[in-house]
Amino acid sequence: MKEYLLLFRGGDGATVQQSPEKWQEHMQQWMQWMGKLTEQGKFIGAQPLETTGKQITGNKKVVTDGPFMEGKEFIGGYLMCKADTYDEAIEIAKGCPILQFDDGKIEVRELKSVHP
Amino acid sequence: MTLSHDTDKLTEHLFRHESGKMVSVLTNIFGVENLETAEDVVQQTFMDAIAVWKLKGIPENPSAWLFRVAKNKAIDVIRRNKHSVRFDFSEGPRALLTSEYTLSITMDELFKDELIKDDQLKMMFACCHPGISSESQITLILKTLCAFSTAEIAKAFLTTEDTVSKRLYRAKEFFRNEKVRLEIPSVEELKNRTNSVLRAIYLLFNEGYNSTHSQEVIREDLMDEAMMLCKLLAENRYTQVPEVFALTALMCFHAARSKSRTTVEGEIILLPEQDRKKWNHPLIAEGNRYLNIAAFGDEISSYHLEAAIAFEHCSAETFDKTNWMRVLQLYEWLCRVAPSPVTELNRIIAFMQVKGPAAALKEVDLLENKKSLKSYYLYHALLGDIHSKLNNRADARSHFESAIQLTKSRAEQKVLYHKILALA
Repeated sequence: MKEYLLLFRGGDGATVQQSPEKWQEHMQQWMQWMGKLTEQGKFIGAQPLETTGKQITGNKKVVTDGPFMEGKEFIGGYLMCKADTYDEAIEIAKGCPILQFDDGKIEVRELKSVHP
Repeated sequence: MTLSHDTDKLTEHLFRHESGKMVSVLTNIFGVENLETAEDVVQQTFMDAIAVWKLKGIPENPSAWLFRVAKNKAIDVIRRNKHSVRFDFSEGPRALLTSEYTLSITMDELFKDELIKDDQLKMMFACCHPGISSESQITLILKTLCAFSTAEIAKAFLTTEDTVSKRLYRAKEFFRNEKVRLEIPSVEELKNRTNSVLRAIYLLFNEGYNSTHSQEVIREDLMDEAMMLCKLLAENRYTQVPEVFALTALMCFHAARSKSRTTVEGEIILLPEQDRKKWNHPLIAEGNRYLNIAAFGDEISSYHLEAAIAFEHCSAETFDKTNWMRVLQLYEWLCRVAPSPVTELNRIIAFMQVKGPAAALKEVDLLENKKSLKSYYLYHALLGDIHSKLNNRADARSHFESAIQLTKSRAEQKVLYHKILALA
């Protein structure tokens, strides 16, 4: 089994956040989606990320504020899971509640084994 | 002044009634190996309650306040220990506690009212794990589910706080080493495991009903806790076995008589002299209902028989009108189902009522294991009664004296002294 990183962009769901009931319902969906992965033993970890951030660049280690991107561009969170193929990882990602929003976007990346 | 006094009283009351539930819910979240962390969270929650309520007044729904604060504290504990090896987040819904996406909502789920009783039941099974000695099982139950302090447990069982602490320490170590899980046992194990829970409840109740270790003869608090725990078993569909209902019935019948068993000064009143008007008749009726429910299934347990005996006593209008023949038959049955020296002695007490003291004396002679019985106060008290009825004053006196030597209970000693005085 391989490991995949799902990077979440957009889908902050401003409309959902306005109503506590809708927010509760939305988080329930996250729980159901992730709960299914834990039951299947495919869940590794997941965290949302703050909107703040810093960047450190090059051998001069220049620190800049950022990422100053539009909301839908920066990474809002991640989930790591196990799957056999990209297809399976994509199927998992399709269940993510972030895709209920038009601007929700998930980047699926396979973790690489550096050791030969 | 009054306000803070009220707050103290209320928090004490809530501590008794809510902390066992809170410890159970939190242990279900943290794992049995972290029982101590669960207890710490509950302790801190109550300290907060005392401080905040004194300042801001008592909230509208104090129990809900406590659970909410405990939940928030638990979330802090989980955040702090997300990567600690002390917590095992590898399985099932607990894995969701490691992610901020699902931590808060999973906690809401785990704190739902309808799960509390299940958690208490699971906690009871963990406390009565067969790998834990029966004294420690009761100690654990009192500490975790009934909110008794080590000092209170030590007092109830006339032992030192140090001994109680050591028992708790060893039990918690056992939980960690054996990786005991908080769960309702599997179907195959359920019967045996339920029986060990029942035995612990029975012992706890007996300690309240007839305190061998304490200065007081009756400890109603212990009886109440035992009945509360047994009702949890009676309400859960997994544990609704006939024995559970039989034991509940037995406890109702015994508890119904407790007000008439001692004087205001705490002296024992023996069954023939008890004022039967003081018996709690609604509780007897409740016991009767449980005994009827207990009649399903094809096994007659010792709890069924003891409940049936207690029912005979409860339903007799006077001591003399007791159906002693029926009581004797039930004791004979009980001696076959659960043979024990104490049951044998009780059987002979009933036997004496039916066949008279001379025949009873012969029955005592026929008893096996007399050597071990000789160190038992009831053996001598019974022989004292038999000889006293036969007018063998000297024998009666010497047996009563032996009995006095063998019991630690002041109240029992006093009853025996009165019997000696009555001989003259």
